[in-house]
Amino acid sequence: MAYSATQSKAGYQAGVKDYKLTYYTPDYTPKDTDVLACFRVTPQPGVPPEEAGAAVAAESSTGTWTTVWTDLLTDLDRYKGRCYDIEPVPGEDNQYFCFVAYPLDLFEEGSVTNLLTSIVGNVFGFKALKALRLEDLRIPVAYLKTFQGPPHGIQVERDKLNKYGRPLLGCTIKPKLGLSAKNYGRAVYECLRGGLDFTKDDENVNSQPFMRWRDRYLFVMDAVHKAQAETGEIKGHYLNVTAPTCEEMFKRAEFAKELKAPIIMHDYLTGGFTANTSLAKWCRDNGILLHIHRAMHAVIDRQKNHGIHFRVLAKCLRMSGGDHLHSGTVVGKLEGERNITLGFVDQMRENYVEADRSRGNFFTQDWASMPGVMPVASGGIHIWHMPALVEIFGDDSCLQFGGGTLGHPWGNAPGATANRVALEACIQARNEGRDLAREGNDVIREAAKWSPELAAACELWKEIKFEFKAVDTL
Amino acid sequence: MQTLPKERRYETLSYLPPLTDMQITKQLQYILDQGYIPAVEFNESSDPTVYYWTLWKLPLFNATSTQEVLSEVQACRSAYPNCYIRVVGFDNIKQCQILSFLVHKPSGVR
Repeated sequence: MAYSATQSKAGYQAGVKDYKLTYYTPDYTPKDTDVLACFRVTPQPGVPPEEAGAAVAAESSTGTWTTVWTDLLTDLDRYKGRCYDIEPVPGEDNQYFCFVAYPLDLFEEGSVTNLLTSIVGNVFGFKALKALRLEDLRIPVAYLKTFQGPPHGIQVERDKLNKYGRPLLGCTIKPKLGLSAKNYGRAVYECLRGGLDFTKDDENVNSQPFMRWRDRYLFVMDAVHKAQAETGEIKGHYLNVTAPTCEEMFKRAEFAKELKAPIIMHDYLTGGFTANTSLAKWCRDNGILLHIHRAMHAVIDRQKNHGIHFRVLAKCLRMSGGDHLHSGTVVGKLEGERNITLGFVDQMRENYVEADRSRGNFFTQDWASMPGVMPVASGGIHIWHMPALVEIFGDDSCLQFGGGTLGHPWGNAPGATANRVALEACIQARNEGRDLAREGNDVIREAAKWSPELAAACELWKEIKFEFKAVDTL
Repeated sequence: MQTLPKERRYETLSYLPPLTDMQITKQLQYILDQGYIPAVEFNESSDPTVYYWTLWKLPLFNATSTQEVLSEVQACRSAYPNCYIRVVGFDNIKQCQILSFLVHKPSGVR
Protein backbone atom coordinates (compact mmCIF):
# COMPACT_ATOMS: atom_id res chain seq x y z
CA MET A 1 0.00 0.00 0.00
CA ALA A 2 1.26 3.43 -0.93
CA TYR A 3 -0.16 5.12 2.14
CA SER A 4 -0.48 4.34 5.82
CA ALA A 5 -3.76 4.03 7.68
CA THR A 6 -3.92 5.78 11.02
CA GLN A 7 -3.08 3.30 13.73
CA SER A 8 -3.80 4.12 17.36
CA LYS A 9 -2.20 0.90 18.58
CA ALA A 10 1.16 1.85 17.10
CA GLY A 11 1.40 4.63 19.66
CA TYR A 12 2.02 8.37 19.41
CA GLN A 13 5.07 9.68 17.62
CA ALA A 14 5.46 13.44 17.76
CA GLY A 15 6.87 15.25 14.75
CA VAL A 16 6.22 16.30 11.21
CA LYS A 17 5.14 13.54 8.85
CA ASP A 18 4.78 13.79 5.08
CA TYR A 19 1.13 14.48 4.23
CA LYS A 20 1.21 11.99 1.43
CA LEU A 21 1.64 9.11 3.86
CA THR A 22 -1.82 9.75 5.22
CA TYR A 23 -3.71 11.80 2.64
CA TYR A 24 -2.57 10.58 -0.79
CA THR A 25 -4.64 7.47 -1.54
CA PRO A 26 -4.52 6.71 -5.28
CA ASP A 27 -6.35 3.40 -4.87
CA TYR A 28 -9.36 4.96 -3.13
CA THR A 29 -12.68 4.75 -4.99
CA PRO A 30 -14.83 7.77 -4.10
CA LYS A 31 -18.18 6.98 -2.52
CA ASP A 32 -21.49 8.29 -3.84
CA THR A 33 -21.85 10.24 -0.61
CA ASP A 34 -18.42 11.93 -0.76
CA VAL A 35 -18.07 15.59 -1.61
CA LEU A 36 -15.55 15.67 -4.47
CA ALA A 37 -13.33 18.61 -5.31
CA CYS A 38 -11.01 19.33 -8.20
CA PHE A 39 -8.20 21.75 -7.38
CA ARG A 40 -5.68 23.29 -9.74
CA VAL A 41 -2.52 23.06 -7.65
CA THR A 42 0.72 24.93 -8.33
CA PRO A 43 3.29 23.53 -5.87
CA GLN A 44 6.29 25.53 -4.70
CA PRO A 45 9.49 24.46 -6.49
CA GLY A 46 10.72 21.15 -5.10
CA VAL A 47 7.37 20.04 -3.69
CA PRO A 48 6.25 16.88 -5.51
CA PRO A 49 2.65 16.86 -6.78
CA GLU A 50 1.63 13.96 -4.51
CA GLU A 51 2.76 15.87 -1.46
CA ALA A 52 1.03 19.05 -2.65
CA GLY A 53 -2.23 17.22 -3.42
CA ALA A 54 -2.11 15.41 -0.11
CA ALA A 55 -1.42 18.68 1.69
CA VAL A 56 -4.53 20.20 0.13
CA ALA A 57 -6.62 17.21 1.20
CA ALA A 58 -5.17 17.34 4.69
CA GLU A 59 -5.38 21.08 5.29
CA SER A 60 -8.94 21.26 4.00
CA SER A 61 -10.04 18.39 6.28
CA THR A 62 -8.53 16.81 9.38
CA GLY A 63 -4.83 17.55 9.04
CA THR A 64 -2.55 20.03 10.67
CA TRP A 65 1.17 20.65 10.13
CA THR A 66 2.39 18.32 12.90
CA THR A 67 1.02 15.19 14.46
CA VAL A 68 -0.95 15.64 17.69
CA TRP A 69 -1.68 12.94 20.28
CA THR A 70 -5.44 13.55 20.11
CA ASP A 71 -5.33 12.21 16.52
CA LEU A 72 -5.20 8.84 18.21
CA LEU A 73 -8.54 9.35 19.99
CA THR A 74 -10.43 9.34 16.68
CA ASP A 75 -10.68 7.21 13.60
CA LEU A 76 -9.03 9.52 11.11
CA ASP A 77 -9.98 7.24 8.23
CA ARG A 78 -13.61 8.15 8.78
CA TYR A 79 -13.01 11.88 8.56
CA LYS A 80 -9.97 12.60 6.47
CA GLY A 81 -10.06 14.08 2.98
CA ARG A 82 -8.24 11.95 0.43
CA CYS A 83 -6.34 13.03 -2.63
CA TYR A 84 -7.32 10.15 -4.92
CA ASP A 85 -6.14 11.32 -8.33
CA ILE A 86 -3.62 13.73 -9.83
CA GLU A 87 -3.32 14.84 -13.46
CA PRO A 88 -0.87 17.34 -14.93
CA VAL A 89 -2.73 20.33 -16.42
CA PRO A 90 -2.33 20.15 -20.21
CA GLY A 91 -0.07 22.89 -21.55
CA GLU A 92 1.10 24.13 -18.12
CA ASP A 93 4.40 23.57 -16.34
CA ASN A 94 4.08 22.49 -12.75
CA GLN A 95 0.29 22.69 -12.46
CA TYR A 96 -1.80 19.70 -11.48
CA PHE A 97 -5.49 18.90 -11.19
CA CYS A 98 -5.75 17.21 -7.80
CA PHE A 99 -8.96 15.38 -7.00
CA VAL A 100 -9.96 15.19 -3.37
CA ALA A 101 -12.79 13.21 -1.74
CA TYR A 102 -14.29 14.40 1.55
CA PRO A 103 -16.51 12.22 3.73
CA LEU A 104 -20.04 13.57 4.15
CA ASP A 105 -19.71 13.83 7.93
CA LEU A 106 -17.28 16.73 7.60
CA PHE A 107 -20.04 19.16 6.64
CA GLU A 108 -23.01 20.61 8.45
CA GLU A 109 -26.35 20.01 6.78
CA GLY A 110 -27.69 22.92 4.73
CA SER A 111 -24.63 25.13 5.26
CA VAL A 112 -22.78 26.52 2.26
CA THR A 113 -20.86 28.60 4.77
CA ASN A 114 -19.51 25.48 6.47
CA LEU A 115 -18.79 23.74 3.18
CA LEU A 116 -16.66 26.62 1.94
CA THR A 117 -15.00 27.32 5.27
CA SER A 118 -13.72 23.75 5.17
CA ILE A 119 -12.82 23.36 1.53
CA VAL A 120 -11.48 26.81 0.68
CA GLY A 121 -10.34 27.85 4.15
CA ASN A 122 -6.77 27.98 5.46
CA VAL A 123 -5.50 25.75 2.70
CA PHE A 124 -5.44 28.67 0.23
CA GLY A 125 -2.69 30.38 2.21
CA PHE A 126 -0.67 27.23 2.60
CA LYS A 127 3.09 27.75 2.19
CA ALA A 128 3.91 24.60 0.23
CA LEU A 129 1.66 25.89 -2.58
CA LYS A 130 2.47 28.73 -4.90
CA ALA A 131 -1.17 28.99 -5.98
CA LEU A 132 -4.39 27.04 -5.61
CA ARG A 133 -7.69 27.19 -7.43
CA LEU A 134 -10.87 25.27 -6.71
CA GLU A 135 -12.10 24.31 -10.19
CA ASP A 136 -15.18 22.26 -9.41
CA LEU A 137 -17.16 20.54 -6.66
CA ARG A 138 -19.38 17.46 -6.88
CA ILE A 139 -22.11 17.74 -4.29
CA PRO A 140 -23.53 14.31 -3.43
CA VAL A 141 -27.31 13.97 -3.55
CA ALA A 142 -27.34 13.05 0.14
CA TYR A 143 -25.88 16.46 0.99
CA LEU A 144 -27.81 18.39 -1.65
CA LYS A 145 -31.08 17.22 -0.14
CA THR A 146 -30.28 19.14 3.04
CA PHE A 147 -30.52 22.44 1.12
CA GLN A 148 -33.70 24.31 0.19
CA GLY A 149 -32.13 25.85 -2.89
CA PRO A 150 -33.84 28.55 -4.99
CA PRO A 151 -36.97 29.99 -3.38
CA HIS A 152 -39.06 29.34 -6.51
CA GLY A 153 -37.04 28.35 -9.54
CA ILE A 154 -37.50 29.10 -13.20
CA GLN A 155 -40.86 27.50 -13.83
CA VAL A 156 -42.63 28.90 -10.78
CA GLU A 157 -41.28 32.32 -11.71
CA ARG A 158 -42.76 32.02 -15.20
CA ASP A 159 -46.12 30.95 -13.83
CA LYS A 160 -46.18 33.78 -11.30
CA LEU A 161 -45.24 36.34 -13.96
CA ASN A 162 -47.33 34.86 -16.79
CA LYS A 163 -44.34 35.03 -19.15
CA TYR A 164 -43.66 32.09 -21.42
CA GLY A 165 -41.59 31.07 -24.39
CA ARG A 166 -39.01 33.85 -24.37
CA PRO A 167 -36.17 35.26 -22.28
CA LEU A 168 -37.16 37.94 -19.78
CA LEU A 169 -35.95 41.49 -20.32
CA GLY A 170 -34.40 43.75 -17.73
CA CYS A 171 -32.39 46.92 -17.29
CA THR A 172 -30.29 48.43 -14.54
CA ILE A 173 -31.28 52.01 -13.77
CA LYS A 174 -28.45 54.47 -14.43
CA PRO A 175 -26.67 56.60 -13.39
CA LYS A 176 -26.08 54.07 -10.70
CA LEU A 177 -25.49 56.61 -7.98
CA GLY A 178 -26.89 60.06 -7.41
CA LEU A 179 -30.53 60.05 -8.54
CA SER A 180 -33.26 61.16 -6.16
CA ALA A 181 -35.90 58.56 -5.35
CA LYS A 182 -38.57 60.24 -7.46
CA ASN A 183 -36.33 60.71 -10.49
CA TYR A 184 -35.21 57.12 -10.14
CA GLY A 185 -38.83 55.91 -10.05
CA ARG A 186 -39.57 57.84 -13.24
CA ALA A 187 -36.75 56.05 -15.06
CA VAL A 188 -38.23 52.75 -13.83
CA TYR A 189 -41.72 53.64 -15.06
CA GLU A 190 -40.50 54.63 -18.51
CA CYS A 191 -38.51 51.40 -18.94
CA LEU A 192 -41.35 49.18 -17.80
CA ARG A 193 -44.09 50.87 -19.80
CA GLY A 194 -41.90 50.45 -22.88
CA GLY A 195 -41.92 46.68 -22.60
CA LEU A 196 -39.26 45.50 -20.17
CA ASP A 197 -40.29 42.92 -17.59
CA PHE A 198 -37.92 44.13 -14.90
CA THR A 199 -35.75 47.00 -13.87
CA LYS A 200 -32.94 46.61 -11.39
CA ASP A 201 -31.25 48.48 -8.59
CA ASP A 202 -27.58 48.74 -9.26
CA GLU A 203 -25.61 46.63 -6.80
CA ASN A 204 -24.13 49.60 -5.02
CA VAL A 205 -27.52 51.25 -4.55
CA ASN A 206 -28.35 50.32 -0.95
CA SER A 207 -29.39 53.28 1.19
CA GLN A 208 -27.22 56.29 0.63
CA PRO A 209 -27.76 59.90 1.69
CA PHE A 210 -29.08 60.96 -1.74
CA MET A 211 -31.69 58.18 -1.84
CA ARG A 212 -32.70 56.27 1.26
CA TRP A 213 -34.05 52.80 0.71
CA ARG A 214 -37.57 53.44 1.96
CA ASP A 215 -38.11 56.40 -0.35
CA ARG A 216 -36.76 54.43 -3.27
CA TYR A 217 -39.04 51.47 -2.57
CA LEU A 218 -42.12 53.70 -2.41
CA PHE A 219 -41.46 55.60 -5.63
CA VAL A 220 -40.27 52.52 -7.52
CA MET A 221 -43.28 50.42 -6.59
CA ASP A 222 -45.60 53.23 -7.63
CA ALA A 223 -43.85 53.13 -11.02
CA VAL A 224 -44.13 49.34 -11.22
CA HIS A 225 -47.84 49.30 -10.42
CA LYS A 226 -48.61 52.07 -12.90
CA ALA A 227 -46.69 50.40 -15.71
CA GLN A 228 -48.40 47.10 -14.99
CA ALA A 229 -51.86 48.69 -15.05
CA GLU A 230 -51.16 50.47 -18.34
CA THR A 231 -49.50 47.68 -20.26
CA GLY A 232 -51.49 44.74 -18.93
CA GLU A 233 -48.28 42.80 -18.29
CA ILE A 234 -46.73 41.88 -14.96
CA LYS A 235 -43.80 44.12 -14.03
CA GLY A 236 -41.14 44.07 -11.35
CA HIS A 237 -38.12 45.91 -10.03
CA TYR A 238 -35.31 44.15 -8.19
CA LEU A 239 -35.38 46.06 -4.91
CA ASN A 240 -31.91 45.66 -3.45
CA VAL A 241 -32.24 44.56 0.17
CA THR A 242 -28.49 44.12 0.69
CA ALA A 243 -27.85 45.86 4.00
CA PRO A 244 -25.26 46.33 6.76
CA THR A 245 -26.94 43.79 9.07
CA CYS A 246 -29.28 40.84 8.62
CA GLU A 247 -31.88 42.57 10.77
CA GLU A 248 -31.85 45.58 8.46
CA MET A 249 -31.96 43.32 5.39
CA PHE A 250 -35.12 41.63 6.64
CA LYS A 251 -36.67 44.97 7.56
CA ARG A 252 -36.24 46.07 3.95
CA ALA A 253 -37.53 42.76 2.62
CA GLU A 254 -40.65 43.02 4.79
CA PHE A 255 -41.34 46.51 3.49
CA ALA A 256 -40.92 45.34 -0.11
CA LYS A 257 -43.49 42.64 0.61
CA GLU A 258 -45.87 45.21 2.12
CA LEU A 259 -45.63 47.17 -1.15
CA LYS A 260 -46.43 43.98 -3.11
CA ALA A 261 -43.05 43.81 -4.81
CA PRO A 262 -42.84 40.55 -6.81
CA ILE A 263 -39.04 40.37 -6.56
CA ILE A 264 -36.16 41.58 -4.39
CA MET A 265 -32.41 41.44 -4.83
CA HIS A 266 -29.32 40.48 -2.83
CA ASP A 267 -25.57 40.51 -3.36
CA TYR A 268 -24.61 37.04 -2.21
CA LEU A 269 -20.83 37.31 -2.03
CA THR A 270 -20.48 40.65 -0.29
CA GLY A 271 -23.58 39.91 1.82
CA GLY A 272 -22.34 36.44 2.65
CA PHE A 273 -23.75 32.95 2.36
CA THR A 274 -25.37 32.87 5.79
CA ALA A 275 -27.37 36.03 5.09
CA ASN A 276 -28.19 34.82 1.59
CA THR A 277 -29.48 31.44 2.73
CA SER A 278 -31.69 33.06 5.37
CA LEU A 279 -33.05 35.49 2.80
CA ALA A 280 -33.74 32.69 0.31
CA LYS A 281 -35.78 30.86 2.94
CA TRP A 282 -37.67 34.05 3.77
CA CYS A 283 -38.39 34.51 0.06
CA ARG A 284 -39.89 31.06 -0.29
CA ASP A 285 -41.99 31.57 2.85
CA ASN A 286 -43.25 34.90 1.53
CA GLY A 287 -43.67 34.12 -2.17
CA ILE A 288 -41.16 36.73 -3.36
CA LEU A 289 -38.65 36.06 -6.12
CA LEU A 290 -34.96 36.57 -5.37
CA HIS A 291 -32.54 38.12 -7.85
CA ILE A 292 -28.89 37.54 -7.02
CA HIS A 293 -26.05 39.83 -7.98
CA ARG A 294 -22.43 38.66 -7.76
CA ALA A 295 -20.29 41.70 -6.86
CA MET A 296 -16.78 40.60 -5.81
CA HIS A 297 -16.86 37.43 -7.91
CA ALA A 298 -14.04 38.53 -10.20
CA VAL A 299 -11.79 39.03 -7.18
CA ILE A 300 -12.30 35.35 -6.44
CA ASP A 301 -12.66 33.76 -9.86
CA ARG A 302 -10.62 35.74 -12.36
CA GLN A 303 -7.11 34.36 -11.84
CA LYS A 304 -6.64 31.15 -13.69
CA ASN A 305 -4.27 29.61 -11.17
CA HIS A 306 -5.66 30.90 -7.88
CA GLY A 307 -9.06 31.35 -6.27
CA ILE A 308 -12.38 29.66 -7.00
CA HIS A 309 -13.89 29.15 -10.45
CA PHE A 310 -17.30 30.78 -10.92
CA ARG A 311 -18.90 27.39 -11.60
CA VAL A 312 -18.31 26.57 -7.93
CA LEU A 313 -19.74 29.91 -6.84
CA ALA A 314 -22.75 29.28 -9.08
CA LYS A 315 -23.30 25.82 -7.60
CA CYS A 316 -23.03 27.30 -4.12
CA LEU A 317 -25.65 29.91 -4.99
CA ARG A 318 -28.04 27.27 -6.29
CA MET A 319 -27.70 25.50 -2.93
CA SER A 320 -27.89 28.67 -0.84
CA GLY A 321 -30.85 29.92 -2.86
CA GLY A 322 -31.65 32.49 -5.54
CA ASP A 323 -34.01 32.61 -8.52
CA HIS A 324 -31.74 34.68 -10.79
CA LEU A 325 -27.95 34.83 -10.95
CA HIS A 326 -25.68 36.99 -13.08
CA SER A 327 -23.61 34.72 -15.28
CA GLY A 328 -21.96 36.84 -17.95
CA THR A 329 -23.07 37.46 -21.51
CA VAL A 330 -20.52 35.71 -23.74
CA VAL A 331 -21.03 38.55 -26.24
CA GLY A 332 -21.00 41.84 -24.30
CA LYS A 333 -18.35 43.88 -22.56
CA LEU A 334 -17.80 41.15 -19.92
CA GLU A 335 -16.53 38.25 -21.96
CA GLY A 336 -16.47 34.64 -20.86
CA GLU A 337 -15.52 31.75 -23.04
CA ARG A 338 -18.74 30.41 -24.51
CA ASN A 339 -18.48 26.73 -23.64
CA ILE A 340 -17.27 27.43 -20.14
CA THR A 341 -20.16 29.84 -19.58
CA LEU A 342 -22.65 27.33 -20.92
CA GLY A 343 -21.07 24.73 -18.64
CA PHE A 344 -21.94 26.65 -15.50
CA VAL A 345 -25.26 27.80 -16.92
CA ASP A 346 -26.06 24.08 -17.13
CA GLN A 347 -25.19 23.78 -13.45
CA MET A 348 -27.67 26.56 -12.71
CA ARG A 349 -30.61 25.36 -14.81
CA GLU A 350 -30.44 21.62 -15.45
CA ASN A 351 -31.43 18.71 -13.27
CA TYR A 352 -28.55 16.46 -14.30
CA VAL A 353 -25.23 17.56 -15.77
CA GLU A 354 -22.75 15.07 -17.21
CA ALA A 355 -19.03 15.58 -16.67
CA ASP A 356 -17.64 17.38 -19.74
CA ARG A 357 -14.17 18.92 -19.67
CA SER A 358 -14.86 20.98 -22.80
CA ARG A 359 -17.52 22.81 -20.76
CA GLY A 360 -15.38 22.92 -17.63
CA ASN A 361 -17.50 20.41 -15.73
CA PHE A 362 -15.11 17.97 -14.05
CA PHE A 363 -17.81 15.92 -12.34
CA THR A 364 -21.22 14.56 -13.18
CA GLN A 365 -23.68 16.46 -10.98
CA ASP A 366 -27.15 15.21 -10.11
CA TRP A 367 -29.22 18.17 -8.86
CA ALA A 368 -31.91 15.89 -7.44
CA SER A 369 -34.87 18.03 -8.57
CA MET A 370 -33.60 21.20 -6.91
CA PRO A 371 -35.28 24.17 -8.68
CA GLY A 372 -33.23 25.89 -11.40
CA VAL A 373 -31.70 29.35 -11.29
CA MET A 374 -32.29 31.69 -14.20
CA PRO A 375 -29.02 32.99 -15.68
CA VAL A 376 -28.87 36.76 -16.10
CA ALA A 377 -26.86 38.14 -19.00
CA SER A 378 -26.06 41.77 -18.30
CA GLY A 379 -23.47 44.29 -19.36
CA GLY A 380 -22.58 45.99 -22.63
CA ILE A 381 -25.29 44.37 -24.74
CA HIS A 382 -27.70 45.98 -27.20
CA ILE A 383 -30.20 45.06 -29.90
CA TRP A 384 -27.62 43.74 -32.36
CA HIS A 385 -26.56 41.16 -29.75
CA MET A 386 -30.13 39.87 -29.43
CA PRO A 387 -29.98 37.01 -31.96
CA ALA A 388 -26.76 35.66 -30.44
CA LEU A 389 -28.13 35.95 -26.91
CA VAL A 390 -31.32 34.08 -27.79
CA GLU A 391 -29.25 31.46 -29.57
CA ILE A 392 -26.79 31.04 -26.68
CA PHE A 393 -29.02 31.29 -23.63
CA GLY A 394 -32.38 30.08 -24.93
CA ASP A 395 -35.71 31.00 -23.34
CA ASP A 396 -34.84 30.42 -19.69
CA SER A 397 -32.69 33.48 -19.18
CA CYS A 398 -32.95 37.13 -18.29
CA LEU A 399 -31.30 39.58 -20.68
CA GLN A 400 -30.44 42.95 -19.21
CA PHE A 401 -29.84 45.92 -21.43
CA GLY A 402 -28.71 48.87 -19.27
CA GLY A 403 -27.08 51.32 -21.65
CA GLY A 404 -28.88 49.43 -24.42
CA THR A 405 -32.21 50.74 -23.07
CA LEU A 406 -31.41 54.03 -21.35
CA GLY A 407 -29.03 55.09 -24.10
CA HIS A 408 -31.74 55.09 -26.80
CA PRO A 409 -31.90 58.53 -28.47
CA TRP A 410 -35.63 58.89 -27.68
CA GLY A 411 -35.42 57.78 -24.04
CA ASN A 412 -36.19 54.80 -21.87
CA ALA A 413 -39.63 53.75 -23.11
CA PRO A 414 -38.76 53.67 -26.82
CA GLY A 415 -35.45 52.05 -25.85
CA ALA A 416 -37.32 49.33 -24.02
CA THR A 417 -39.68 48.82 -26.96
CA ALA A 418 -36.73 48.50 -29.33
CA ASN A 419 -35.32 45.70 -27.19
CA ARG A 420 -38.66 43.96 -26.81
CA VAL A 421 -39.39 44.11 -30.54
CA ALA A 422 -35.90 42.79 -31.34
CA LEU A 423 -36.37 39.96 -28.85
CA GLU A 424 -39.79 38.94 -30.12
CA ALA A 425 -38.68 39.13 -33.73
CA CYS A 426 -35.86 36.71 -32.84
CA ILE A 427 -38.22 34.35 -31.00
CA GLN A 428 -40.69 34.34 -33.86
CA ALA A 429 -37.91 33.71 -36.39
CA ARG A 430 -36.33 30.94 -34.33
CA ASN A 431 -39.68 29.20 -33.89
CA GLU A 432 -40.27 29.49 -37.62
CA GLY A 433 -37.07 27.53 -38.12
CA ARG A 434 -34.73 30.34 -39.12
CA ASP A 435 -31.09 30.15 -38.07
CA LEU A 436 -30.37 33.09 -35.76
CA ALA A 437 -26.62 32.60 -35.90
CA ARG A 438 -26.65 33.15 -39.66
CA GLU A 439 -29.73 35.32 -40.29
CA GLY A 440 -29.84 37.23 -37.01
CA ASN A 441 -28.95 40.61 -38.46
CA ASP A 442 -31.56 40.21 -41.22
CA VAL A 443 -34.23 39.42 -38.62
CA ILE A 444 -33.41 42.63 -36.74
CA ARG A 445 -33.33 44.71 -39.95
CA GLU A 446 -36.71 43.34 -41.10
CA ALA A 447 -38.32 44.26 -37.76
CA ALA A 448 -36.76 47.73 -37.89
CA LYS A 449 -38.77 48.38 -41.07
CA TRP A 450 -42.04 48.53 -39.11
CA SER A 451 -40.73 49.53 -35.67
CA PRO A 452 -39.45 53.13 -35.58
CA GLU A 453 -38.10 52.58 -32.06
CA LEU A 454 -35.99 49.66 -33.22
CA ALA A 455 -34.92 51.55 -36.35
CA ALA A 456 -33.58 54.40 -34.20
CA ALA A 457 -31.65 51.92 -32.05
CA CYS A 458 -30.23 50.19 -35.12
CA GLU A 459 -29.04 53.54 -36.34
CA LEU A 460 -27.31 54.42 -33.06
CA TRP A 461 -25.62 51.10 -32.36
CA LYS A 462 -24.01 49.83 -35.50
CA GLU A 463 -23.40 46.14 -35.82
CA ILE A 464 -20.67 46.33 -33.20
CA LYS A 465 -18.52 43.33 -32.42
CA PHE A 466 -16.65 42.80 -29.18
CA GLU A 467 -13.73 40.63 -30.10
CA PHE A 468 -11.11 40.68 -27.40
CA LYS A 469 -9.90 37.31 -26.28
CA ALA A 470 -11.69 35.72 -23.32
CA VAL A 471 -9.64 35.27 -20.16
CA ASP A 472 -11.53 32.18 -19.08
CA THR A 473 -10.36 29.10 -20.88
CA LEU A 474 -9.53 25.74 -19.39
CA MET B 1 -37.91 61.84 -31.86
CA GLN B 2 -41.20 60.23 -30.86
CA THR B 3 -43.13 59.63 -27.65
CA LEU B 4 -44.06 56.02 -27.15
CA PRO B 5 -47.87 55.77 -27.14
CA LYS B 6 -49.59 54.01 -24.23
CA GLU B 7 -50.71 50.62 -25.41
CA ARG B 8 -51.96 47.46 -23.77
CA ARG B 9 -49.87 44.37 -24.51
CA TYR B 10 -50.45 40.66 -24.24
CA GLU B 11 -47.08 39.10 -23.48
CA THR B 12 -44.95 37.06 -25.88
CA LEU B 13 -45.19 38.09 -29.56
CA SER B 14 -47.59 40.96 -28.76
CA TYR B 15 -44.93 43.55 -29.65
CA LEU B 16 -45.05 42.27 -33.21
CA PRO B 17 -47.81 43.19 -35.68
CA PRO B 18 -50.87 40.93 -35.08
CA LEU B 19 -50.06 37.43 -36.29
CA THR B 20 -51.68 36.27 -39.52
CA ASP B 21 -53.08 32.75 -39.66
CA MET B 22 -50.06 31.82 -41.76
CA GLN B 23 -47.71 33.07 -39.02
CA ILE B 24 -49.79 31.36 -36.34
CA THR B 25 -49.46 28.11 -38.31
CA LYS B 26 -45.66 28.38 -38.17
CA GLN B 27 -45.73 28.84 -34.41
CA LEU B 28 -48.07 25.85 -34.12
CA GLN B 29 -45.63 23.79 -36.14
CA TYR B 30 -42.92 24.72 -33.62
CA ILE B 31 -45.15 23.53 -30.75
CA LEU B 32 -45.74 20.20 -32.48
CA ASP B 33 -42.08 19.81 -33.51
CA GLN B 34 -40.95 20.30 -29.92
CA GLY B 35 -43.38 17.63 -28.73
CA TYR B 36 -45.39 20.13 -26.68
CA ILE B 37 -49.14 19.81 -26.22
CA PRO B 38 -51.12 22.72 -27.75
CA ALA B 39 -54.27 24.11 -26.17
CA VAL B 40 -56.60 27.05 -26.82
CA GLU B 41 -57.96 29.26 -24.03
CA PHE B 42 -60.13 32.38 -23.91
CA ASN B 43 -61.16 35.12 -21.48
CA GLU B 44 -63.22 38.31 -21.36
CA SER B 45 -60.35 40.40 -19.96
CA SER B 46 -56.59 40.38 -20.42
CA ASP B 47 -55.77 41.25 -16.80
CA PRO B 48 -52.32 39.66 -16.30
CA THR B 49 -53.06 38.63 -12.72
CA VAL B 50 -55.93 36.41 -13.89
CA TYR B 51 -54.00 33.16 -14.22
CA TYR B 52 -56.74 30.95 -15.59
CA TRP B 53 -58.43 31.61 -18.88
CA THR B 54 -61.24 29.25 -19.85
CA LEU B 55 -60.07 26.20 -21.75
CA TRP B 56 -61.57 25.69 -25.22
CA LYS B 57 -62.47 21.98 -25.12
CA LEU B 58 -59.40 20.01 -23.94
CA PRO B 59 -55.71 20.37 -24.84
CA LEU B 60 -55.06 18.78 -28.24
CA PHE B 61 -53.11 15.79 -27.00
CA ASN B 62 -53.39 13.93 -30.28
CA ALA B 63 -52.88 16.77 -32.73
CA THR B 64 -50.45 15.85 -35.50
CA SER B 65 -51.07 18.73 -37.90
CA THR B 66 -51.19 22.49 -37.49
CA GLN B 67 -54.53 22.49 -39.32
CA GLU B 68 -56.21 20.60 -36.46
CA VAL B 69 -55.08 23.24 -33.98
CA LEU B 70 -55.82 26.19 -36.25
CA SER B 71 -59.37 24.88 -36.82
CA GLU B 72 -59.95 24.97 -33.07
CA VAL B 73 -58.58 28.52 -32.91
CA GLN B 74 -61.00 29.51 -35.66
CA ALA B 75 -63.92 27.72 -34.00
CA CYS B 76 -63.14 29.47 -30.72
CA ARG B 77 -62.98 32.84 -32.52
CA SER B 78 -66.46 32.37 -34.01
CA ALA B 79 -67.92 31.18 -30.68
CA TYR B 80 -66.30 33.93 -28.59
CA PRO B 81 -65.53 36.87 -30.89
CA ASN B 82 -65.59 39.29 -27.96
CA CYS B 83 -62.98 37.44 -25.94
CA TYR B 84 -59.20 37.35 -25.90
CA ILE B 85 -57.93 34.03 -27.20
CA ARG B 86 -54.45 32.59 -26.86
CA VAL B 87 -52.65 29.40 -27.77
CA VAL B 88 -50.61 27.77 -25.02
CA GLY B 89 -48.19 24.85 -25.06
CA PHE B 90 -47.64 22.32 -22.29
CA ASP B 91 -44.58 20.15 -21.73
CA ASN B 92 -45.54 16.97 -19.91
CA ILE B 93 -41.89 16.07 -19.27
CA LYS B 94 -41.08 19.36 -17.56
CA GLN B 95 -44.65 19.20 -16.23
CA CYS B 96 -45.45 22.81 -16.94
CA GLN B 97 -46.72 25.40 -19.36
CA ILE B 98 -43.93 26.32 -21.76
CA LEU B 99 -45.36 28.94 -24.11
CA SER B 100 -48.29 31.20 -24.78
CA PHE B 101 -49.25 33.76 -27.42
CA LEU B 102 -52.33 35.78 -28.29
CA VAL B 103 -54.26 34.86 -31.45
CA HIS B 104 -57.40 36.98 -31.13
CA LYS B 105 -58.54 40.25 -29.59
CA PRO B 106 -62.16 41.41 -29.18
CA SER B 107 -63.22 43.51 -32.15
CA GLY B 108 -62.50 47.18 -31.61
CA VAL B 109 -59.53 46.56 -29.30
CA ARG B 110 -56.21 47.78 -30.59
